[in-house]
Amino acid sequence: MAIVFEKPKMLTDKPTHYCPGCTHGLAHILTAKAIDKLNAKKVIGVAPVGCAVFAYEYFNCDMQEAAHGRAPAVATGIKRVIPDAIVFAYQGDGDLASIGMAEIVHAAARGENITVIFVNNAIYGMTGGQMAPTTMIGQKATTCQSGRDVALNGYPIHVSEMLSQLQGPCYIERVACYDVKHIKQAQKAIDKAFQNQVEGRGFSMIEILATCPTNWGMSPQDSLKYVEDVMCKVYPLGVYKDTTKEEA
Amino acid sequence: MAKVSFNKAFCKSCGLCIGVCPKHIISISESEINSKGYFVAEVLEMDKCIGCAFCATMCPDCVIEVEK
Ligand SMILES: Cc1ncc(C[n+]2csc(CCOP(=O)(O)OP(=O)(O)O)c2C)c(N)n1
Ligand code: SF4
Repeated sequence: MAIVFEKPKMLTDKPTHYCPGCTHGLAHILTAKAIDKLNAKKVIGVAPVGCAVFAYEYFNCDMQEAAHGRAPAVATGIKRVIPDAIVFAYQGDGDLASIGMAEIVHAAARGENITVIFVNNAIYGMTGGQMAPTTMIGQKATTCQSGRDVALNGYPIHVSEMLSQLQGPCYIERVACYDVKHIKQAQKAIDKAFQNQVEGRGFSMIEILATCPTNWGMSPQDSLKYVEDVMCKVYPLGVYKDTTKEEA
Repeated sequence: MAKVSFNKAFCKSCGLCIGVCPKHIISISESEINSKGYFVAEVLEMDKCIGCAFCATMCPDCVIEVEK
């Protein structure tokens, strides 16, 4: 018998601290598998502030912890100093779309040759389930207990759509990981986002629609269903920008 | 012939593997608890496993290794 599925080499042997059923773990695995395929000599990741703050414990490569939201700026610096390294930033939606909105927009506009993994669970997980810029209209959070109200809280931000309007980015795709088929599609997208960096094509970002069963107040299984039925309608999956196609 | 093995110490009892198994052979143990205090996922009828690796693909904690 041959092994058909095993833990990626890019992950350490430490058990993660994520809640049961949290898809941060899946985002780690998909990222690690994509990097494994590159056989890169040097890989440097940038960890966010948020539930993934300990990502530096889990990825089997050099990691740098960034201040809240600053991962794309830190990744920019690292990539410019060590252009041969594969550099990625891993960020949540509070990290990327609230406090870090300026950094992601400018890194994308500059077309930095980095890969950004954007885990959108539509809530602040680590701090106890507050409303994020990505919290959907009507979705409950601890700071909008009857659901997000447009009159009071405004509209959610669609990050992939927004960044794809810039000239800088090479590749922007939104994926989800609520079932095996979509996990495989997500893997393809993340593989491509790293391959673009190897080929020096510039900024690639993959937005992964993710779950936060704990702060959504749902079972892990119901959370996946919520991504499929609700989140995917508000945040449609697909490729939002791909300059590699335009060149071809 | 196919086989799945669980790194039980890492299992968090989330049950996502159960939802994707086409043969419905994964369940949460009613007796075995790991050091974190979770009842662990297990397969009782391994001969029914087809080695599709859906469970391992779905597991957020890399608990499952699949051989075929
Ligand atoms: C400068 C600063 N402001 C605020 C915080 C508090 N804080 C920690 S994590 C977080 C948001 C995390 O949400 P998200 O990025 O969506 O990640 P998740 O935990 O959901 O994975 C906030 C506001 C902080 N640590 N530092
Ligand atoms: S709080 Fe939410 S995002 Fe954070 S580890 Fe738990 S389930 Fe995951």
